[in-house]
Amino acid sequence: MDSVAAQTPAGSPAVGAPAERREGREKVTGRARYAAEHPLPGRAYGWPVAASVARGRVRSLDTSGALEQPGVLTVLTPADAPRPAEPDDPTLRVLQDDRVPHHGWFVALVVGESLEAARAGAAAVRVEYAAEEHDVLLTADHPAAYTPERANGGNAGRRLRGDPEAAFAAAATRVDVSYRVPPLHNHPMEPHTSTAHWDGDRLRVYASTQGATTVRATLAALFELPEERITVTAEHVGGGFGSKGTPRPDVVLATMATLRTGRPVTVAIPRRMLPAATGHRAPTLHRLRLGSGPDGRLAGLLHEVTTYTSRVKEFTEQAAVPARVMYAVPHSLTEHRVVPLDVPTPSWMRAPGEAPGMYALESAMDELATALNRDPVELRIANEPDAEPDSGKPFSSRHLVECLREGARRFGWSARDPRPGTRREGALLIGTGVAAATYPVLVAPSAASAEALPDGTFVVRINATDIGTGARTILAQVAADALGVPLERVRSEVGSTDLPPAPLAGGSSGSSSWGWAVHQACAELAARLAEHSGRVPEGGLRTLADTKGTADAESPYARHAFGAHFAEVAVDTATGETRVRRLLGVFAAGRILNARTARSQLVGGMTMGLGMALTEGSTTDPVFGDFAESDLAAYHVPSHADVPDVEAHWLDEEDPHTNPMGSKGIGEIGIVGSAAAVGNAVHHATGVRFRELPLTPDRVLTGLRAARR
Amino acid sequence: MDGPHHETGTGDRARESARPTGPGPGASGGGGALGTLPDACRSTTTLRVNGVSHTLTVDNRRVLLDLLREDLDLVGAKKGCDHGQCGACTVLLDGRRVNSCLLPAVALDGCEVTTVEGLPALAPPEDREDGENGGDPLHPLQRAFLERDAFQCGYCTPGQLCSAVGAIAEAVAGHPSHVTDPAAPSGEPVPLTREEIRERLSGNLCRCAAYPHIVEAVEDVLP
Amino acid sequence: MKPFAYLRAGSVEEAVDAHAAHPGARYLGGGTNLIDLMKLEVERPPVLIDVSRLPLEGVRELPEGGLWAGATVRNSDLAAHPAVRDRYPALSEALLAGASGQLRNVATTGGNLLQRTRCPYFQDVTKPCNKREPGSGCGALEGVHRDHAVFGHSRHCVATHPSDMAVALAALDARVELYGTEGRRTVPVAEFHRLPGEHPERDTEIRPGELITGVVLPAATAGLPSAYRKARDRASYAFALASVAAVLEVADGVVRRAGIAFGGVAHRPWRARRAEEALVGAAPTEDAFEHAVDLELAAASPLRDNAFKVPLTRGLALDVLTRLAPRTASPA
Repeated sequence: MDSVAAQTPAGSPAVGAPAERREGREKVTGRARYAAEHPLPGRAYGWPVAASVARGRVRSLDTSGALEQPGVLTVLTPADAPRPAEPDDPTLRVLQDDRVPHHGWFVALVVGESLEAARAGAAAVRVEYAAEEHDVLLTADHPAAYTPERANGGNAGRRLRGDPEAAFAAAATRVDVSYRVPPLHNHPMEPHTSTAHWDGDRLRVYASTQGATTVRATLAALFELPEERITVTAEHVGGGFGSKGTPRPDVVLATMATLRTGRPVTVAIPRRMLPAATGHRAPTLHRLRLGSGPDGRLAGLLHEVTTYTSRVKEFTEQAAVPARVMYAVPHSLTEHRVVPLDVPTPSWMRAPGEAPGMYALESAMDELATALNRDPVELRIANEPDAEPDSGKPFSSRHLVECLREGARRFGWSARDPRPGTRREGALLIGTGVAAATYPVLVAPSAASAEALPDGTFVVRINATDIGTGARTILAQVAADALGVPLERVRSEVGSTDLPPAPLAGGSSGSSSWGWAVHQACAELAARLAEHSGRVPEGGLRTLADTKGTADAESPYARHAFGAHFAEVAVDTATGETRVRRLLGVFAAGRILNARTARSQLVGGMTMGLGMALTEGSTTDPVFGDFAESDLAAYHVPSHADVPDVEAHWLDEEDPHTNPMGSKGIGEIGIVGSAAAVGNAVHHATGVRFRELPLTPDRVLTGLRAARR
Repeated sequence: MDGPHHETGTGDRARESARPTGPGPGASGGGGALGTLPDACRSTTTLRVNGVSHTLTVDNRRVLLDLLREDLDLVGAKKGCDHGQCGACTVLLDGRRVNSCLLPAVALDGCEVTTVEGLPALAPPEDREDGENGGDPLHPLQRAFLERDAFQCGYCTPGQLCSAVGAIAEAVAGHPSHVTDPAAPSGEPVPLTREEIRERLSGNLCRCAAYPHIVEAVEDVLP
Repeated sequence: MKPFAYLRAGSVEEAVDAHAAHPGARYLGGGTNLIDLMKLEVERPPVLIDVSRLPLEGVRELPEGGLWAGATVRNSDLAAHPAVRDRYPALSEALLAGASGQLRNVATTGGNLLQRTRCPYFQDVTKPCNKREPGSGCGALEGVHRDHAVFGHSRHCVATHPSDMAVALAALDARVELYGTEGRRTVPVAEFHRLPGEHPERDTEIRPGELITGVVLPAATAGLPSAYRKARDRASYAFALASVAAVLEVADGVVRRAGIAFGGVAHRPWRARRAEEALVGAAPTEDAFEHAVDLELAAASPLRDNAFKVPLTRGLALDVLTRLAPRTASPA
């Protein structure tokens, strides 16, 4: 079981120890500098102008008022902005033509001597649009819906096994239900920000990104510069949750502005513009059909997801994918349909696919348990597969059953009265719920170097990004064990493209990908040191590892992390206000590399799931085509008061088939299933099944009253 | 010198302005902006920040947050939303926690500001942790944040710290909160239960959701 | 935000004179709403007149038993003031239910009353809004309006007033004290905010250039049981979906006085006069409360997507009233 020792006993491995964050002191003293916090001589500030129509063209753009504002230096418009090369990602094709593909698309950038000047200038730009009829509303029967070949992550758009329709029709117990997850916004606390400037003929960029390597490659391609002449630094990043996984318009705009003005320019996208400009989780409409025999074993499963994408590019939230992993079922259909609309381009948000998909699947499993009068923990256990249902591959490790059992024990599940609506405290109804979690083990090739210094210390260098995961710390731990030296003797350098290239912090793959390369570099260094009888030659000793060809080799195993969530909620029958009382998660996510930072990440993911269940939701305005909840006053990220007791535990899982550390990744699994556990608890509390998130008072109160009638 | 200027106080903790540019050191809002700004739209204001007095000529539009970050290079206070909706910009103004993004600096003439950079100086010397290797000293709450892993990305952290220091002082001064029993005696210090801490810190959003650990860290330093 | 001139008023008279001399000027109190709206270009004053340092601070006892709270008293100080907590608990509770600790430390009594709607169409200058730009239309009427009014709205505006404090003040029969070029006057809080009608651009009955100098809490409601409750999407730091403030006086088993106001459901704190009238003279029973509240709610006319506010307000009102009733039933 997990344990957090205060100190690592001498001689014990560094990996797994609850080592304190190496950058912690900088963060608590305010010395850690983020992308906007690099004072440079003559720095200017960019402020975007966002389109106010959902579809059309810019008919005219009058910058004279902006240029009259004191301190405004220039305005970049589609008519005169620099013309970079065609980007691979069309969302980066900003200020290149007069087309407006969605509300909030950037149509100009005002550059000013100060933030105040730039903002006033942006307000003074007069834009006239030739607006066109727009279509922004997602419906399950939208005529433009199609099944894409691939959903996000390279997953097949559709998978069919056997004859699920027939199996479902013939099943003794059937659940046929629909769920809706609204658009959701990442809203990292640090807005998407880039500071770009020229240092001689070198382009230097401070970027708030989850992956500086890709930012550099993108800038090199766009601005036709050799990568060697670009340095992108992402030393501290104020969260991303997927929305900073690839370059976003801020870095292109900042670079164009520094090209135009010759001055350092910072572009921080204003908070209200983030939802439309930096990606969001697309809404998903789910139809779930589960058919089982009297023993509860699934006979047929159909998970059909309808979602939207923008006119700019295709992005399909892969929400039907987890049903290919979770339960033993002989007949299955998992299909995505996507509708191109005049909406902002959706993108990655923490556990894309799994988060909404498992909300639907795990809610439906709860409904099946109710229909069968079975305990929902036992129902899941009864459907445990021997191999991955969709691929037939054996699991590299799978301890879902153990997570469920351990979670049930810790939560006190056995004392639960399964009848819904029976626990009352005054106006409050209390209930508990469970849901499972899964997230794939992803890994990408990476380079890393390791150096032994004559003073007996070591440095590992890798362009990993620490977005709050503790990467700096964890990589030093991996290095210390591979080198067989105490953690204090290892330094790690991350967050710059001047370091060996590495993939992004995303897909819960960072520590696996980077750790693998660091491990390899350090193992080689240890071998080289042994050749020198352990003595470091003058000038040090350095190794460089690259896991290309190994880390990305096809695995014969299905590799996934699993988990189980338990939630207790209180629903106020007078107001419909629903609050979580406690959340408990147990995860089997391979070897946990740092007990301290892992716990924080898992708790963070669970809490984002709490938000998804209860407070977070965005509404597409049918008239204007934008999100009605565009700021942090309207889009309700959970606050302190929403988050009482959250416990994250894990099993000591050994998995020899993932990477040399045996880790699986923990950044996302915390959010997967969390919303379903809360929703299932609400059903247990009230006896009413809610199938549209979030469970805000308007929905809950309306549902409770409808049930009473 | 005609135009914007910035004078740093000569107290014992006086430091040079870190801003490297502009027509005068610390010219607020960039020299060029002030240069063309109508005289009526700028003002001279004096603030004491972390014990150091600063006299600056500011664009009247400049809010305290931007003054701290852009003019004084005190980047601890963060810009999360710029509209009082996230709390990342929280600092102490005359000892009370405030959202610095909504306060025009010109209206704060004569005020005392403490940012996260100045928190250690608020702690009694015996409670302060000295800096290692010449680094900054730590306020006990900063130490507790490290021990409890009360942050991840760190962006909301300075605001959480300043807010918590302010909230503890408010409770000691007898300020009730939304969750305080209305029957609790007026004017008496309010015991900070976990529920109280959570409610009082709710003006500081944390998307990484370090909330449970933040609450534990605050508990660690309660008087 | 366009450049603006800044003046600091040394006295109330000076502030009012400065306003008269600078058309379009705005008074700056705590600024928590004004600066926010200036950043959004919703407010574009050429001049700010800083009134935050005027001698309008403090809470004072009034000779006949009421309280005077100065316009520049910060929300957190008003909420914590022993006289407010002890004699007007609904006001303290309402203040503490609003915003965050940081905002309450800055926001003033006067500014809180004058805060503007959170309607997203009002806040977005690219959209039609009759309140911001008369004649441009109402984006919310056919748009997203879950948070909007169910009482007293017009086809020109369906916005709500966002204040918690004002709801309690309305229920407590407080008065707003104003000073302008025409001298001093007071207006009941319940009549200070307007219904939108044909002129949603006018939030309140304040006259051009008038300055709020304070609020007067009457002796009549001092010490009576009162309470405030709001419902919201998130457990803290969120505006009310609906709220209820109530004060109840019961003697000899009969309601002698009832002050009830609803928040988050109308363009102003909605004083529930019909409910109050129905209650006075009745025994404070659950049935009586239900009858009274339902009488009031019969006047509600929800929009397409906010009908939930009617039962929500009902739930809140019944909870608050029943909470107040037992305390009055057995006099201490």
